[in-house]
Amino acid sequence: METTVDKYTFKDFASDQEVRWCPGCDDYVILRSMQKALPEMGVKKEDVVFISGIGCSSRFPYYMDTYGMHGIHGRAPAIASGVKLANPDLSVWVITGDGDAMAIGGNHFIHVLRRNIDLNIVLFNNEIYGLTKGQFSPTSLVGQKTKSSPYGNTQPPFQPGELAIGAQARFFARIGGNAPKEMTQIFIEAEKFNGTSLIEVLQNCVIFNDGCFSKYTDKNVREDKQIFVEHGKPMIFGKNKDKGLVLNGLKLEVVTIGENGIEEKDILVHNAHDEDPTLHQMLVRLEYPLVTGIIRSFDDITLEEREDALTTEVKSKSSFTKVDDLLFSSETYEVH
Amino acid sequence: MNIHLEDAQPEVLEAVVIRFVGDSGDGMQLTGTQFSDTSAMFGNDVATFPNYPSEIRAPQGSLYGVSGFQVHIGSIEISTPGDEVDLLVVMNPAGLKTNLYAVKPGHTIIVDTDSFNKKNLQKAQYDISPLEDGTLDNYRVIEVSISSLTREALKGVEGLDNKSITRSKNMFALGMVYWMYHRSTEHTINFFKNKFSSKPHLIESNTKALNAGYYFAETLELIPNSFTISPAKMPPGTYRIISGNTATAWGFLAAAEKSGLELFLGSYPITPATDILHELVKHKHFGVKAFQAEDEIAGINSAIGASFAGDLAITTTSGPGLALKSEALGLAMMVELPLVVVNVQRGGPSTGLPTKTEQSDLLQAMYGRNGESPVIVIAASTPADCFNYAYQASKLALEHMTPVILLTDGYIANGSEPWKIKQVSEMPEIKNHKITEVSENWQPYDRDKNTLARNWAVPGTFGLEHRIGGLEKDKITGNVSYVPENHEFMTKTRAEKIKRVQNYIPDLKTEFVESGDLLVIGWGGTYGSLYSAVKQMHEEGNDKIGYAHFNYINPLPKNTEEIFSKFEKIVVCELNNGQFVHILRMNFNKFNISQFNKIQGLPFGNTELINKFNQLLN
Repeated sequence: METTVDKYTFKDFASDQEVRWCPGCDDYVILRSMQKALPEMGVKKEDVVFISGIGCSSRFPYYMDTYGMHGIHGRAPAIASGVKLANPDLSVWVITGDGDAMAIGGNHFIHVLRRNIDLNIVLFNNEIYGLTKGQFSPTSLVGQKTKSSPYGNTQPPFQPGELAIGAQARFFARIGGNAPKEMTQIFIEAEKFNGTSLIEVLQNCVIFNDGCFSKYTDKNVREDKQIFVEHGKPMIFGKNKDKGLVLNGLKLEVVTIGENGIEEKDILVHNAHDEDPTLHQMLVRLEYPLVTGIIRSFDDITLEEREDALTTEVKSKSSFTKVDDLLFSSETYEVH
Repeated sequence: MNIHLEDAQPEVLEAVVIRFVGDSGDGMQLTGTQFSDTSAMFGNDVATFPNYPSEIRAPQGSLYGVSGFQVHIGSIEISTPGDEVDLLVVMNPAGLKTNLYAVKPGHTIIVDTDSFNKKNLQKAQYDISPLEDGTLDNYRVIEVSISSLTREALKGVEGLDNKSITRSKNMFALGMVYWMYHRSTEHTINFFKNKFSSKPHLIESNTKALNAGYYFAETLELIPNSFTISPAKMPPGTYRIISGNTATAWGFLAAAEKSGLELFLGSYPITPATDILHELVKHKHFGVKAFQAEDEIAGINSAIGASFAGDLAITTTSGPGLALKSEALGLAMMVELPLVVVNVQRGGPSTGLPTKTEQSDLLQAMYGRNGESPVIVIAASTPADCFNYAYQASKLALEHMTPVILLTDGYIANGSEPWKIKQVSEMPEIKNHKITEVSENWQPYDRDKNTLARNWAVPGTFGLEHRIGGLEKDKITGNVSYVPENHEFMTKTRAEKIKRVQNYIPDLKTEFVESGDLLVIGWGGTYGSLYSAVKQMHEEGNDKIGYAHFNYINPLPKNTEEIFSKFEKIVVCELNNGQFVHILRMNFNKFNISQFNKIQGLPFGNTELINKFNQLLN
């Protein structure tokens, strides 16, 4: 017996467990966006697996009525890799946070991206440790005052996208934690993408780091401070849709359409599919405007595909069909 | 000692220990393997032990760059690679310096005199050549200019560079040893034909060097004697020589096939466990998924993921790696998924002695996790029986839904012996707890009433969606629970689940006698040493000494106390500072249990054991 895929609603993906995040947390938005995205993905509920590490974000699997494992700190990418390699038909999601992915789990984070296993990783970035009550994280800003940096943080932060693309991520998207519609769409695109997809959600922590992204994500500034990029479309933003990105030498530059002879056709068209990540790295690093949307989506062979091809080849050449064939192969002798 | 050419009639020996030593690059491992394989095919019982430095290519000629391979062959039962050496084959002065201690006085040393030049003597810290200063007066020394004779023999072979010529000298030496022990060169020549099938000049050069050594020994008046060792009386059947690491890998292949599951290995290279990874990556034809992870932690976590998804999942490591895996092992225990962790023990603590053997990870295996975290711990005895215990570890993990730690050690992992090959059909059945269909009132933590194993609902199965994790679980639903009574109940249930494994493992057996004055106890890889020491004492007329060997450590066999009560004294022998003895004293405190320990990175020697046992008996 199996479920009919086209009949799901978001309720089918909500477990019976009471959600225990702080009121007002962006995690609720992410949960709801995921529950809305899943019915649109064309996957069977029993084929969906959520694997998480440790932290506020990592309670996520308990709230999804799918298969799930709440793992140990930083190791979700490794657990998820094992799930996917064991059964490549599954839709496997990693739920992680900035500390989980880039501090204790940094090694697994870079290697899972390098390998390009077909997993989807949702990184809840709130630039703080929430569950341990407010220490600085690998994405906290220099000078940020936290429980473990009362005089200001002295450790320069990672930019998750920069680290990820440096580790050969083929799919990287960024989205504000208050943009459920776009987030839902990005989750659907991530599932469609064949390879490791990383989605960084700028997730506001109402308790320990409230407003950390508000200069980009607040409703009244969003259109002027953020650019939502889409593959094949010119990179234009602003309330009046009159600002755009152009290349000036080796730098991205913001220009105004209609000023200094700039026309719409002069604006850079976003190519997420480019194998060369140079421009994607520049977009990731840009502070004004902050780039959201699918920044990189380069289709490449996955680890499972490589492994599968090798296995088929080895099987076709091997004379071994059962273990006895190996045990009794060559170098044996008889004792009478 | 004067050497005389004696009668050509070979002397018949029961057993002989030969050690080949030379520089890391001299091919001693290959030479030793060829001699032991040839002897095994002749029908001898065989045990081997390689001893090599942890440096890959230590500076040439240096004392710490010496690589050795010891082989013990016999027409009698052979349980260890042997302590003292009957024949030492020495390819350089450093080899002589570091191995002379092991040779029995009056016995034979074959020396490549060409290597005893000023430079090599200096590197071996000899002021005067030991060939000239009387150092070897108590031995039969056969001085042969092996390097130059090899060079001479290979004149005229087309396409050989200097390096290849120098490298063939080990085969010349092997040829001499083959003649001395009446061994055929056929197996080794066939080996060349397979190995160098695309390089005919290397087949020719190696064969020529081997034959040259053989004929040289035959015509040489310096070699006093030749020996024969008749075939051993072994149960009839098909055999092969197998190392512990290969046997471990194959045990998992057999378990996967028998259980109908796919095999997943998550591993990270570490000495001396890496050969299990090397072996399993070859077997894609059986669908083996061998994943070399970014670290030890990812190795075990990927295996946990694969287990969640329904594979027979294993991870392989050595001591420091087990330390890194301990948190994840706790997770596997908490979520009650089947998982096998192989720890090929080496000298510790910390990085310790990576290429040497020890049994010092027992307490780490037992207790090295946070919280109350019991797992099954078992240990293999000999190279060949690593096959059975890898198989058994898989069976226990799957049938009891728990992690199992399988302990082997560098000694049995790298050592090899004849194995009477078992067909997979001869192995016991392996069940598992997978459920494929949703039933009314199904719960993730429903348990088998006998074993207390929970059910295994794998992703992809309709209607069984559920969440597990490292937080304490409700006893039925598996949901997160902070209820105090539930935590106590679950802690006790997890302990009871492991305890009940007692009902599914064999009883402890005593060998030689069922009661007496002294019970010798060992566990894991010391079986061969302890068994042969006790056996020798029985052969010498001591019938008051018994031997019991533990392969099941947690839980212990049910009849342990009963066995202990039949002996006056008990001594636990281990290659550590006293770990298993600690467990036994804790569990059976009414017995006065003594201990005998060795912590030198080496196996027990026969003499030291017998001396200890005699001392305890008197």
